[in-house]
Amino acid sequence: MSAGSRRLSFLGVGVAPVLIVSALVGSAAVGLADADGDSRRSGFDFMGPQTQAMQGDDTSNPGMLAVLEGEDIWNRKAGAADKSCADCHGDAARSMHGVAAHYPAFDTGTGGPINLDQRINTCREKNQEAEPFPWESAEILALSAYVGLQSRGMPVQVGDDARLAGAIKAGDEAFHRKQGQLDFSCADCHDANWDRKLGGSVIPQGHATGYPIYRLEWQSMGSLQRRLRNCMAGVRAEPYSYGSPEFVELELYLMSRSRGMAVETPAVRP
Amino acid sequence: MIGVVLALALLPYTVVGDAVPAPLVEAPGDPARGRAVVTSRQRGLCLLCHTGPFPEERFQGDLAPSLAGVGSRLSEGQIRLRLIDSRRLDPGSIMPSYYRTDGLERVGAAWRDKPVLSAEEIEDVVAFLATLRD
Ligand code: HEC
Ligand code: HEC
Repeated sequence: MSAGSRRLSFLGVGVAPVLIVSALVGSAAVGLADADGDSRRSGFDFMGPQTQAMQGDDTSNPGMLAVLEGEDIWNRKAGAADKSCADCHGDAARSMHGVAAHYPAFDTGTGGPINLDQRINTCREKNQEAEPFPWESAEILALSAYVGLQSRGMPVQVGDDARLAGAIKAGDEAFHRKQGQLDFSCADCHDANWDRKLGGSVIPQGHATGYPIYRLEWQSMGSLQRRLRNCMAGVRAEPYSYGSPEFVELELYLMSRSRGMAVETPAVRP
Repeated sequence: MIGVVLALALLPYTVVGDAVPAPLVEAPGDPARGRAVVTSRQRGLCLLCHTGPFPEERFQGDLAPSLAGVGSRLSEGQIRLRLIDSRRLDPGSIMPSYYRTDGLERVGAAWRDKPVLSAEEIEDVVAFLATLRD
Protein backbone atom coordinates (compact mmCIF):
# COMPACT_ATOMS: atom_id res chain seq x y z
CA MET A 1 0.00 0.00 0.00
CA SER A 2 1.34 3.38 -0.91
CA ALA A 3 1.77 6.22 1.52
CA GLY A 4 -0.97 7.90 -0.45
CA SER A 5 -3.58 5.27 0.12
CA ARG A 6 -2.57 4.98 3.78
CA ARG A 7 -3.22 8.65 4.27
CA LEU A 8 -6.42 8.51 2.27
CA SER A 9 -8.15 6.50 4.95
CA PHE A 10 -6.50 8.66 7.57
CA LEU A 11 -8.10 11.72 6.04
CA GLY A 12 -11.38 9.86 6.03
CA VAL A 13 -11.96 10.62 2.38
CA GLY A 14 -14.12 7.98 0.80
CA VAL A 15 -13.36 7.18 -2.81
CA ALA A 16 -16.59 6.34 -4.56
CA PRO A 17 -16.46 4.93 -8.10
CA VAL A 18 -18.32 7.98 -9.36
CA LEU A 19 -15.21 10.07 -8.65
CA ILE A 20 -13.33 8.22 -11.37
CA VAL A 21 -15.45 9.98 -13.99
CA SER A 22 -14.49 13.43 -12.77
CA ALA A 23 -10.89 12.27 -12.35
CA LEU A 24 -10.84 11.52 -16.05
CA VAL A 25 -12.29 14.89 -16.88
CA GLY A 26 -9.82 16.60 -14.60
CA SER A 27 -6.89 14.88 -16.23
CA ALA A 28 -8.06 14.80 -19.82
CA ALA A 29 -5.51 17.35 -20.92
CA VAL A 30 -2.80 15.56 -18.94
CA GLY A 31 -3.12 12.44 -21.05
CA LEU A 32 -3.54 14.31 -24.34
CA ALA A 33 0.18 14.70 -24.93
CA ASP A 34 0.57 11.00 -25.78
CA ALA A 35 -1.47 11.40 -28.97
CA ASP A 36 1.33 13.33 -30.69
CA GLY A 37 4.09 11.00 -29.54
CA ASP A 38 5.06 13.22 -26.63
CA SER A 39 6.62 11.02 -23.96
CA ARG A 40 6.28 13.63 -21.25
CA ARG A 41 4.01 12.58 -18.43
CA SER A 42 2.63 14.51 -15.50
CA GLY A 43 3.27 13.31 -11.97
CA PHE A 44 -0.48 12.60 -11.99
CA ASP A 45 0.11 9.61 -14.27
CA PHE A 46 2.47 7.96 -11.76
CA MET A 47 0.03 8.10 -8.84
CA GLY A 48 -2.31 5.38 -7.64
CA PRO A 49 -5.96 5.54 -8.74
CA GLN A 50 -7.14 6.69 -5.33
CA THR A 51 -4.83 9.69 -5.24
CA GLN A 52 -5.77 10.46 -8.84
CA ALA A 53 -9.43 10.36 -7.92
CA MET A 54 -8.77 12.62 -4.97
CA GLN A 55 -7.19 15.22 -7.25
CA GLY A 56 -9.79 14.78 -9.95
CA ASP A 57 -12.83 15.62 -7.86
CA ASP A 58 -12.95 19.15 -6.49
CA THR A 59 -15.09 18.02 -3.57
CA SER A 60 -12.38 15.61 -2.39
CA ASN A 61 -9.28 17.58 -3.47
CA PRO A 62 -7.91 19.16 -0.27
CA GLY A 63 -6.18 21.80 -2.40
CA MET A 64 -9.61 23.29 -3.08
CA LEU A 65 -9.77 24.45 0.54
CA ALA A 66 -6.71 26.59 -0.15
CA VAL A 67 -8.36 27.85 -3.34
CA LEU A 68 -11.40 28.95 -1.34
CA GLU A 69 -9.18 30.69 1.18
CA GLY A 70 -7.37 32.34 -1.71
CA GLU A 71 -10.63 33.64 -3.13
CA ASP A 72 -11.34 35.16 0.25
CA ILE A 73 -8.00 36.93 0.39
CA TRP A 74 -8.45 38.07 -3.22
CA ASN A 75 -11.56 39.97 -2.19
CA ARG A 76 -10.27 41.30 1.15
CA LYS A 77 -8.95 44.86 1.41
CA ALA A 78 -5.42 45.09 2.80
CA GLY A 79 -2.50 47.43 3.39
CA ALA A 80 -2.14 51.18 3.62
CA ALA A 81 -3.80 51.49 0.21
CA ASP A 82 -6.83 49.64 1.60
CA LYS A 83 -7.33 47.82 -1.68
CA SER A 84 -8.16 44.21 -2.43
CA CYS A 85 -6.72 42.29 -5.37
CA ALA A 86 -10.25 42.44 -6.83
CA ASP A 87 -10.26 46.24 -6.63
CA CYS A 88 -7.57 46.31 -9.31
CA HIS A 89 -8.08 43.01 -11.13
CA GLY A 90 -11.83 42.44 -10.86
CA ASP A 91 -13.10 38.93 -11.46
CA ALA A 92 -10.13 36.53 -11.27
CA ALA A 93 -11.86 34.04 -13.57
CA ARG A 94 -11.36 36.61 -16.34
CA SER A 95 -8.35 38.70 -15.35
CA MET A 96 -6.23 35.77 -14.11
CA HIS A 97 -7.25 33.33 -16.86
CA GLY A 98 -4.03 31.88 -18.26
CA VAL A 99 -1.74 33.99 -16.10
CA ALA A 100 -0.19 31.19 -14.03
CA ALA A 101 0.59 29.27 -17.23
CA HIS A 102 3.20 31.97 -17.99
CA TYR A 103 5.12 31.85 -14.70
CA PRO A 104 7.97 32.26 -13.84
CA ALA A 105 7.96 35.33 -16.09
CA PHE A 106 10.23 38.25 -16.89
CA ASP A 107 9.87 41.11 -14.43
CA THR A 108 10.79 44.56 -15.65
CA GLY A 109 11.31 45.73 -12.07
CA THR A 110 14.10 43.26 -11.33
CA GLY A 111 15.17 42.65 -14.92
CA GLY A 112 14.98 38.89 -14.37
CA PRO A 113 12.55 36.04 -13.79
CA ILE A 114 10.13 36.01 -10.87
CA ASN A 115 7.73 33.25 -9.90
CA LEU A 116 4.02 33.62 -9.23
CA ASP A 117 4.44 33.98 -5.47
CA GLN A 118 6.94 36.78 -6.02
CA ARG A 119 4.59 38.46 -8.50
CA ILE A 120 1.73 38.31 -5.97
CA ASN A 121 3.96 39.76 -3.25
CA THR A 122 5.11 42.55 -5.61
CA CYS A 123 1.46 43.59 -5.90
CA ARG A 124 1.06 43.40 -2.15
CA GLU A 125 4.00 45.68 -1.53
CA LYS A 126 3.60 48.14 -4.40
CA ASN A 127 -0.15 48.31 -4.92
CA GLN A 128 -1.63 47.34 -1.56
CA GLU A 129 1.25 48.82 0.43
CA ALA A 130 1.16 45.78 2.68
CA GLU A 131 3.79 43.42 4.08
CA PRO A 132 4.66 40.59 1.68
CA PHE A 133 3.38 37.18 2.76
CA PRO A 134 6.18 34.94 4.07
CA TRP A 135 7.33 32.02 1.90
CA GLU A 136 5.12 28.94 2.44
CA SER A 137 2.60 30.90 4.51
CA ALA A 138 -0.99 29.68 4.21
CA GLU A 139 -1.87 33.04 2.62
CA ILE A 140 0.63 32.96 -0.25
CA LEU A 141 -0.13 29.30 -0.97
CA ALA A 142 -3.87 30.05 -0.97
CA LEU A 143 -3.54 33.01 -3.31
CA SER A 144 -1.25 31.22 -5.74
CA ALA A 145 -3.57 28.19 -5.69
CA TYR A 146 -6.51 30.50 -6.46
CA VAL A 147 -4.68 32.29 -9.25
CA GLY A 148 -3.28 28.96 -10.48
CA LEU A 149 -6.74 27.42 -10.71
CA GLN A 150 -7.74 30.06 -13.24
CA SER A 151 -5.29 28.40 -15.68
CA ARG A 152 -6.24 24.80 -14.96
CA GLY A 153 -6.27 22.74 -18.13
CA MET A 154 -4.39 25.39 -20.13
CA PRO A 155 -1.00 24.58 -21.70
CA VAL A 156 2.11 25.84 -19.91
CA GLN A 157 3.41 28.82 -21.89
CA VAL A 158 6.84 29.30 -20.33
CA GLY A 159 10.00 29.27 -22.42
CA ASP A 160 9.58 31.64 -25.37
CA ASP A 161 10.67 34.93 -23.82
CA ALA A 162 14.10 35.76 -25.24
CA ARG A 163 14.91 37.90 -22.20
CA LEU A 164 14.82 34.74 -20.08
CA ALA A 165 17.06 32.58 -22.27
CA GLY A 166 20.06 33.05 -19.98
CA ALA A 167 18.07 32.22 -16.85
CA ILE A 168 16.59 29.10 -18.47
CA LYS A 169 20.10 27.99 -19.41
CA ALA A 170 21.26 28.50 -15.82
CA GLY A 171 18.33 26.39 -14.60
CA ASP A 172 19.11 23.73 -17.19
CA GLU A 173 22.70 23.56 -15.93
CA ALA A 174 21.53 23.31 -12.32
CA PHE A 175 19.19 20.46 -13.33
CA HIS A 176 22.14 18.54 -14.75
CA ARG A 177 24.68 19.37 -12.02
CA LYS A 178 25.54 16.65 -9.53
CA GLN A 179 25.22 17.71 -5.94
CA GLY A 180 25.06 16.58 -2.35
CA GLN A 181 26.82 13.87 -0.43
CA LEU A 182 25.10 11.28 -2.66
CA ASP A 183 26.25 13.16 -5.78
CA PHE A 184 23.08 13.14 -7.89
CA SER A 185 21.75 15.54 -10.48
CA CYS A 186 18.02 16.11 -10.91
CA ALA A 187 18.39 14.52 -14.35
CA ASP A 188 19.86 11.33 -12.82
CA CYS A 189 16.43 10.67 -11.36
CA HIS A 190 13.92 12.56 -13.48
CA ASP A 191 15.40 12.02 -16.96
CA ALA A 192 17.30 8.75 -16.57
CA ASN A 193 15.22 6.81 -14.05
CA TRP A 194 11.62 7.98 -14.11
CA ASP A 195 8.96 5.32 -13.65
CA ARG A 196 11.42 3.31 -11.52
CA LYS A 197 11.00 2.88 -7.80
CA LEU A 198 13.15 4.69 -5.26
CA GLY A 199 12.22 2.78 -2.14
CA GLY A 200 8.42 2.98 -2.06
CA SER A 201 8.07 6.02 -4.36
CA VAL A 202 7.76 5.98 -8.11
CA ILE A 203 10.11 8.60 -9.60
CA PRO A 204 8.05 10.96 -11.76
CA GLN A 205 9.50 12.99 -14.64
CA GLY A 206 9.47 16.09 -12.45
CA HIS A 207 6.96 18.22 -14.34
CA ALA A 208 5.87 20.98 -12.01
CA THR A 209 2.49 21.54 -13.61
CA GLY A 210 0.32 21.32 -10.49
CA TYR A 211 1.84 23.75 -7.97
CA PRO A 212 1.10 24.70 -5.30
CA ILE A 213 0.11 21.13 -4.44
CA TYR A 214 -1.56 19.36 -1.57
CA ARG A 215 0.96 16.68 -0.59
CA LEU A 216 -0.33 13.76 1.46
CA GLU A 217 3.06 13.29 3.11
CA TRP A 218 3.04 16.92 4.27
CA GLN A 219 -0.67 16.88 5.05
CA SER A 220 -0.65 20.45 3.80
CA MET A 221 -0.22 22.66 0.79
CA GLY A 222 3.29 23.42 -0.37
CA SER A 223 5.10 25.29 -3.10
CA LEU A 224 7.33 23.95 -5.84
CA GLN A 225 10.35 25.28 -3.96
CA ARG A 226 9.36 23.23 -0.92
CA ARG A 227 9.16 20.14 -3.16
CA LEU A 228 12.58 20.92 -4.63
CA ARG A 229 14.06 21.40 -1.17
CA ASN A 230 12.86 17.87 -0.38
CA CYS A 231 14.58 16.49 -3.47
CA MET A 232 17.80 18.34 -2.61
CA ALA A 233 17.72 17.20 1.02
CA GLY A 234 17.16 13.66 -0.26
CA VAL A 235 20.56 13.65 -1.95
CA ARG A 236 22.00 15.40 1.13
CA ALA A 237 22.61 18.68 -0.68
CA GLU A 238 22.28 22.12 0.89
CA PRO A 239 18.93 23.32 -0.46
CA TYR A 240 18.79 26.75 -2.13
CA SER A 241 16.98 29.28 0.02
CA TYR A 242 13.40 30.30 -0.71
CA GLY A 243 13.21 32.93 -3.40
CA SER A 244 16.87 32.65 -4.34
CA PRO A 245 17.75 33.29 -7.99
CA GLU A 246 18.96 29.68 -8.25
CA PHE A 247 15.52 28.38 -7.31
CA VAL A 248 13.64 30.68 -9.67
CA GLU A 249 15.98 29.69 -12.53
CA LEU A 250 15.41 26.01 -11.78
CA GLU A 251 11.65 26.61 -11.60
CA LEU A 252 11.83 28.47 -14.91
CA TYR A 253 13.76 25.66 -16.57
CA LEU A 254 11.31 23.06 -15.23
CA MET A 255 8.32 24.98 -16.59
CA SER A 256 9.97 25.48 -19.98
CA ARG A 257 10.59 21.71 -20.01
CA SER A 258 6.84 21.26 -19.38
CA ARG A 259 5.83 23.75 -22.05
CA GLY A 260 2.54 22.69 -23.64
CA MET A 261 1.54 20.36 -20.81
CA ALA A 262 -1.67 21.16 -18.94
CA VAL A 263 -1.71 23.19 -15.72
CA GLU A 264 -3.20 21.02 -12.94
CA THR A 265 -3.25 23.39 -9.98
CA PRO A 266 -4.13 22.47 -7.32
CA ALA A 267 -2.63 18.98 -7.78
CA VAL A 268 -2.52 16.28 -5.13
CA ARG A 269 0.69 14.32 -4.72
CA PRO A 270 1.69 11.40 -2.46
CA MET B 1 45.66 -0.37 -12.40
CA ILE B 2 47.24 0.27 -9.04
CA GLY B 3 46.78 3.55 -7.25
CA VAL B 4 46.95 4.74 -3.70
CA VAL B 5 44.08 7.05 -2.85
CA LEU B 6 44.64 9.50 -0.03
CA ALA B 7 41.84 11.78 1.07
CA LEU B 8 41.59 14.10 4.02
CA ALA B 9 40.28 12.29 7.09
CA LEU B 10 39.70 9.12 5.08
CA LEU B 11 41.90 6.07 5.53
CA PRO B 12 44.09 5.28 2.54
CA TYR B 13 43.31 2.26 0.40
CA THR B 14 44.86 0.60 -2.60
CA VAL B 15 42.92 -0.21 -5.75
CA VAL B 16 44.08 -3.28 -7.65
CA GLY B 17 42.22 -3.80 -10.91
CA ASP B 18 38.53 -3.56 -10.05
CA ALA B 19 39.00 -4.31 -6.36
CA VAL B 20 40.29 -3.05 -3.04
CA PRO B 21 41.68 -6.33 -1.73
CA ALA B 22 42.82 -5.15 1.72
CA PRO B 23 40.26 -4.22 4.41
CA LEU B 24 40.15 -0.56 5.42
CA VAL B 25 40.52 -1.42 9.10
CA GLU B 26 42.11 -4.32 10.93
CA ALA B 27 39.12 -5.43 12.99
CA PRO B 28 37.13 -7.92 10.90
CA GLY B 29 33.72 -6.76 9.68
CA ASP B 30 30.63 -7.98 11.46
CA PRO B 31 27.94 -9.39 9.11
CA ALA B 32 25.07 -8.75 11.55
CA ARG B 33 25.96 -5.10 11.88
CA GLY B 34 26.45 -4.97 8.11
CA ARG B 35 22.93 -6.30 7.55
CA ALA B 36 21.56 -3.58 9.80
CA VAL B 37 23.39 -0.91 7.76
CA VAL B 38 22.17 -2.35 4.44
CA THR B 39 18.52 -2.43 5.52
CA SER B 40 18.56 0.98 7.23
CA ARG B 41 16.90 3.81 5.29
CA GLN B 42 19.03 6.29 7.23
CA ARG B 43 22.46 4.61 7.18
CA GLY B 44 22.94 2.44 4.12
CA LEU B 45 20.05 3.60 1.94
CA CYS B 46 20.77 0.48 -0.14
CA LEU B 47 17.15 -0.66 -0.42
CA LEU B 48 16.12 2.67 -1.89
CA CYS B 49 17.67 1.31 -5.09
CA HIS B 50 18.40 -2.40 -4.60
CA THR B 51 16.18 -5.35 -3.83
CA GLY B 52 17.59 -8.24 -1.89
CA PRO B 53 16.76 -11.23 0.29
CA PHE B 54 15.09 -9.14 3.00
CA PRO B 55 11.49 -10.40 3.09
CA GLU B 56 10.65 -8.22 6.10
CA GLU B 57 11.59 -5.02 4.27
CA ARG B 58 8.79 -3.37 2.33
CA PHE B 59 9.34 -0.67 -0.28
CA GLN B 60 12.52 -1.98 -1.91
CA GLY B 61 13.58 0.05 -4.95
CA ASP B 62 14.12 -1.20 -8.49
CA LEU B 63 16.89 1.11 -9.69
CA ALA B 64 19.64 -1.47 -9.27
CA PRO B 65 20.36 -5.21 -9.51
CA SER B 66 19.29 -7.46 -6.64
CA LEU B 67 21.86 -8.00 -3.92
CA ALA B 68 20.85 -11.67 -3.73
CA GLY B 69 23.85 -13.87 -4.53
CA VAL B 70 26.28 -10.95 -4.76
CA GLY B 71 28.75 -12.84 -2.54
CA SER B 72 28.98 -15.55 -5.22
CA ARG B 73 29.40 -13.08 -8.07
CA LEU B 74 32.00 -10.79 -6.54
CA SER B 75 35.04 -11.18 -4.30
CA GLU B 76 35.22 -9.24 -1.04
CA GLY B 77 37.73 -6.88 -2.65
CA GLN B 78 35.42 -6.23 -5.60
CA ILE B 79 32.49 -5.56 -3.27
CA ARG B 80 34.71 -3.21 -1.23
CA LEU B 81 35.58 -1.03 -4.23
CA ARG B 82 31.94 -0.92 -5.36
CA LEU B 83 31.04 0.44 -1.93
CA ILE B 84 33.98 2.81 -1.50
CA ASP B 85 33.73 4.44 -4.91
CA SER B 86 31.47 2.76 -7.43
CA ARG B 87 31.81 5.74 -9.77
CA ARG B 88 35.50 5.05 -10.11
CA LEU B 89 34.52 1.98 -12.12
CA ASP B 90 31.67 3.65 -14.00
CA PRO B 91 31.43 7.45 -13.75
CA GLY B 92 27.89 7.22 -15.11
CA SER B 93 26.72 4.92 -12.33
CA ILE B 94 24.08 6.24 -9.95
CA MET B 95 25.38 4.05 -7.14
CA PRO B 96 26.72 6.58 -4.60
CA SER B 97 30.34 6.44 -3.51
CA TYR B 98 30.10 5.53 0.16
CA TYR B 99 33.65 6.35 1.18
CA ARG B 100 34.58 9.51 -0.66
CA THR B 101 34.47 13.19 0.26
CA ASP B 102 36.23 14.94 -2.61
CA GLY B 103 34.73 16.34 -5.79
CA LEU B 104 31.26 16.90 -4.28
CA GLU B 105 29.16 20.07 -4.62
CA ARG B 106 26.73 21.75 -2.22
CA VAL B 107 26.94 18.98 0.37
CA GLY B 108 24.46 19.70 3.18
CA ALA B 109 26.00 21.12 6.35
CA ALA B 110 25.29 17.98 8.37
CA TRP B 111 27.13 15.77 5.86
CA ARG B 112 30.03 17.96 4.81
CA ASP B 113 33.49 16.33 4.71
CA LYS B 114 32.06 13.05 5.95
CA PRO B 115 31.80 9.85 3.93
CA VAL B 116 28.32 8.24 3.81
CA LEU B 117 29.64 5.24 5.76
CA SER B 118 32.59 4.95 8.11
CA ALA B 119 35.49 2.60 7.34
CA GLU B 120 34.18 0.19 10.00
CA GLU B 121 30.70 0.23 8.48
CA ILE B 122 32.14 -0.45 5.01
CA GLU B 123 33.88 -3.55 6.42
CA ASP B 124 30.66 -4.65 8.17
CA VAL B 125 28.71 -4.33 4.90
CA VAL B 126 31.43 -6.18 2.93
CA ALA B 127 31.34 -8.98 5.50
CA PHE B 128 27.56 -9.18 5.23
CA LEU B 129 27.35 -9.07 1.42
CA ALA B 130 29.96 -11.84 1.23
CA THR B 131 27.44 -14.09 3.03
CA LEU B 132 24.77 -13.52 0.32
CA ARG B 133 25.48 -16.61 -1.79
CA ASP B 134 23.32 -18.38 -4.36
C1 HEC C 1 17.38 10.45 -5.97
C2 HEC C 1 16.25 10.79 -6.77
C3 HEC C 1 15.84 12.23 -7.01
C4 HEC C 1 16.62 13.33 -7.26
C5 HEC C 1 18.14 13.39 -7.37
C6 HEC C 1 15.73 14.44 -7.45
N1 HEC C 1 14.44 14.03 -7.32
FE1 HEC C 1 12.77 15.16 -7.70
N2 HEC C 1 11.59 13.58 -7.08
C7 HEC C 1 12.03 12.32 -6.74
C8 HEC C 1 10.90 11.51 -6.32
C9 HEC C 1 10.96 10.04 -5.86
C10 HEC C 1 9.75 12.35 -6.42
C11 HEC C 1 8.31 11.97 -6.10
C12 HEC C 1 8.12 11.83 -4.61
C13 HEC C 1 6.72 11.44 -4.25
O1 HEC C 1 6.16 10.53 -4.85
O2 HEC C 1 6.18 12.09 -3.36
C14 HEC C 1 10.23 13.64 -6.91
C15 HEC C 1 9.39 14.74 -7.21
C16 HEC C 1 9.81 15.86 -7.91
C17 HEC C 1 8.93 16.87 -8.45
C18 HEC C 1 7.41 16.86 -8.32
C19 HEC C 1 6.73 16.37 -9.56
C20 HEC C 1 5.23 16.42 -9.42
O3 HEC C 1 4.57 15.71 -10.18
O4 HEC C 1 4.70 17.13 -8.59
C21 HEC C 1 9.71 17.80 -9.07
C22 HEC C 1 9.24 19.06 -9.79
C23 HEC C 1 11.09 17.37 -8.90
N3 HEC C 1 11.11 16.19 -8.20
C24 HEC C 1 12.20 18.06 -9.39
C25 HEC C 1 13.52 17.78 -9.01
C26 HEC C 1 14.66 18.66 -9.21
C27 HEC C 1 14.58 20.01 -9.89
C28 HEC C 1 15.74 18.04 -8.69
C29 HEC C 1 17.14 18.54 -8.50
C30 HEC C 1 17.33 19.74 -7.73
C31 HEC C 1 15.31 16.74 -8.22
N4 HEC C 1 13.96 16.64 -8.40
C32 HEC C 1 16.14 15.76 -7.70
C33 HEC C 1 13.35 11.88 -6.81
C34 HEC C 1 14.46 12.69 -7.04
C1 HEC D 1 20.98 5.37 -5.76
C2 HEC D 1 21.10 4.00 -6.12
C3 HEC D 1 21.93 3.03 -5.32
C4 HEC D 1 22.13 2.95 -3.96
C5 HEC D 1 21.56 3.85 -2.87
C6 HEC D 1 22.98 1.80 -3.75
N1 HEC D 1 23.28 1.22 -4.94
FE1 HEC D 1 24.45 -0.43 -5.21
N2 HEC D 1 24.25 -0.28 -7.25
C7 HEC D 1 23.43 0.62 -7.88
C8 HEC D 1 23.46 0.37 -9.30
C9 HEC D 1 22.66 1.14 -10.38
C10 HEC D 1 24.32 -0.74 -9.51
C11 HEC D 1 24.66 -1.43 -10.85
C12 HEC D 1 26.06 -1.17 -11.31
C13 HEC D 1 26.33 0.28 -11.51
O1 HEC D 1 25.57 0.98 -12.21
O2 HEC D 1 27.32 0.77 -10.93
C14 HEC D 1 24.81 -1.10 -8.18
C15 HEC D 1 25.71 -2.13 -7.94
C16 HEC D 1 26.04 -2.61 -6.68
C17 HEC D 1 26.90 -3.73 -6.43
C18 HEC D 1 27.52 -4.63 -7.50
C19 HEC D 1 26.47 -5.66 -7.80
C20 HEC D 1 26.85 -6.70 -8.81
O3 HEC D 1 26.16 -7.72 -8.81
O4 HEC D 1 27.78 -6.47 -9.57
C21 HEC D 1 26.98 -3.91 -5.07
C22 HEC D 1 27.76 -4.96 -4.32
C23 HEC D 1 26.15 -2.88 -4.48
N3 HEC D 1 25.61 -2.11 -5.48
C24 HEC D 1 25.94 -2.73 -3.12
C25 HEC D 1 25.25 -1.67 -2.53
C26 HEC D 1 25.12 -1.48 -1.11
C27 HEC D 1 25.60 -2.45 -0.05
C28 HEC D 1 24.48 -0.29 -0.93
C29 HEC D 1 24.22 0.47 0.35
C30 HEC D 1 25.24 0.55 1.33
C31 HEC D 1 24.14 0.22 -2.25
N4 HEC D 1 24.63 -0.64 -3.19
C32 HEC D 1 23.43 1.39 -2.50
C33 HEC D 1 22.68 1.64 -7.29
C34 HEC D 1 22.66 1.92 -5.92
